[in-house]
Amino acid sequence: MSNLILSIENLYKSYGATEVLKDINVSIQRGEFLVLVGPSGCGKSTLLNCIAGLEEVNAGAINIGGRDMVGVAPKDRDIAMVFQSYALYPTMTVGKNITFGMKVRGVDAATQAKKLADVAKLLQIEPLLNRKPGQLSGGQRQRVAMGRALVREPQLFLFDEPLSNLDAKLRVEMRTEIKRLHSNLKASIVYVTHDQIEAMTLATRIVVMKDGIVQQIGTPSEIYNHPANMFVADFMGSPSMNLIPATVEALPTGLAIKIKQENGTLELMDDTKIKGLKMGAKRELLIGLRPENITNPTANSRLVAPCRIEVVEPAGSDTFITTSLGEKPITARLRADTVVSPGAEIDLAFNLASASYFDAGNGERLN
Amino acid sequence: MMDNLVKDGSLRQVALRAGLYAVLIIFALYYLMPLFVMIVTSLKSLDDIRTGSLIGLPRELVFDAWGKAWSGACTGVKCEGLQPYFWNSVLIAVPAVMISTVLGAMNGYVISQWRFKGSDFIFALLLFGCFIPFQVILLPMAIVLGKMKIAGSIGGLIFVHVVYGLGFTTLFFRNYYITIPVELVKAAKVDGAGFFRIFWSIFMPLSAPIVVVTVIWQFTQIWNDFLFGVSFSQAGTQPITVALNNIVNSTTGVKEYNVDMAAAIIAALPTLFVYVVAGKYFIRGLTAGSVKG
Repeated sequence: MSNLILSIENLYKSYGATEVLKDINVSIQRGEFLVLVGPSGCGKSTLLNCIAGLEEVNAGAINIGGRDMVGVAPKDRDIAMVFQSYALYPTMTVGKNITFGMKVRGVDAATQAKKLADVAKLLQIEPLLNRKPGQLSGGQRQRVAMGRALVREPQLFLFDEPLSNLDAKLRVEMRTEIKRLHSNLKASIVYVTHDQIEAMTLATRIVVMKDGIVQQIGTPSEIYNHPANMFVADFMGSPSMNLIPATVEALPTGLAIKIKQENGTLELMDDTKIKGLKMGAKRELLIGLRPENITNPTANSRLVAPCRIEVVEPAGSDTFITTSLGEKPITARLRADTVVSPGAEIDLAFNLASASYFDAGNGERLN
Repeated sequence: MMDNLVKDGSLRQVALRAGLYAVLIIFALYYLMPLFVMIVTSLKSLDDIRTGSLIGLPRELVFDAWGKAWSGACTGVKCEGLQPYFWNSVLIAVPAVMISTVLGAMNGYVISQWRFKGSDFIFALLLFGCFIPFQVILLPMAIVLGKMKIAGSIGGLIFVHVVYGLGFTTLFFRNYYITIPVELVKAAKVDGAGFFRIFWSIFMPLSAPIVVVTVIWQFTQIWNDFLFGVSFSQAGTQPITVALNNIVNSTTGVKEYNVDMAAAIIAALPTLFVYVVAGKYFIRGLTAGSVKG
């Protein structure tokens, strides 16, 4: 049995003249937790619906468990799906909701009862089985919706923004619970969200999408540390990555970076190599630095420069300050005990080892 | 000072309230007056009617008029009362209401949840059907019924009422089902349910309020219909409304007002009954779609 659960090749989808998915190529292995993330309207939910067979595709192939899915009905795809609005059947009890699929497929009553009991125990919803969905809280409905999917024991689970109707606290709890379920059940999951934190915390691999095009596929750390372009850099991470306009000159010792500051120029040296930059040549580009890479100087800090503080935002565990570099607001992440006040100058350490360089024109990554 | 103001205020409130109730009671009486006259007149003897006043109570309660209206009054040459026509109306209304409701539910389900190319256009056409005046379709319908060989039969009248009711029933169900999230159908599809399974297992159980609305609406329309009844029936298949008209218009010498009144009440009883039994659901159902979050 192959370990390739899902593979999507050259998939196109359009509604009339509007192309919503363009040349999508994604695959997942058994046990992977793949998160599709992107701003609303990027086509991630449409892609999920295409995988489920709820939307027809215009071109390309979808394989689930090695079977070609063209023309295969959702029920025959060996999938289960959890929806944003939960989509529980309002007139059926929780128990009936969970067993409805088995009833339709003609599973015998004894097996139904056993599976229901197992799932109810796993999700701790045993006391709710005789209630109607209307009598449940948001978190309980969420559990029931997951129970309905789990009881199917499919090859592939599809989650369509399952947590976005919950309040912030519950969302974090359920997030942990989904992660636990995934590792206990070794399930293969495709999960859609617009919340980049959800994507980072849950995924084994992330697909970042924008305007129907895959921007980058990678592990959370790849996506976070080596964003493929400026969109990914900006979208993933909170606060988002600083994108600082700079002039870079290639010297034998490394890159000489010049950043415009309030009064004068900030000069930094980095030993990274940048694609297509010849020795001695100069280039305007953007340096991407996460807030945690602009921080309090220590004894080992190699690049330290004074900057004027514009805004101070204490977040408890850290203190974020905003300064200005290359005529753009830049966020730095300082230790919580740093004494800072707006208007003052402070020495900031730049950790260029984690810097990303982007083309100012097309936004592509250069290093 | 303050107390006085409050007192004056409350006094004025009470006066306003009283005035309001007085007006409402007057209107209620005004609307109930015809019913009162009908009931009172139907319980009087003919002598009583001739000599007493219109709104006076009967000197002696006489139930003969009711019996005669039910089984003895003459419609033209036959004198068998409303009874056979009452059953004609039942035979027409019950299947017509059921069929048009089920078909309307199906239509609404498809138009709102299984959208296809042109579904909006078809809905617009059906909606347009609600506004076609009855008179316009009389001749074409007569031809169609003739071609279908059901002219003048109960079946023909059922057909006419089903066709004419579809616009309304579809509108009701479509507006109700459009408030149900499409994800419900998606979830059921993934669970393996098909078109009819989803309709019967998921949508029908949700539809009680709108079914009540549709049934009341359709039953009232069909039971009270006179034009189709008189146009597309023949002796023996006439509905009660036509028979009532015939009873009132066939006089042999004396005009029996008491019998006419009793017959009119009998003809109106079923719709009255439906309203009393299901009236509260009617209001609930009409507003259900809009209030639901």
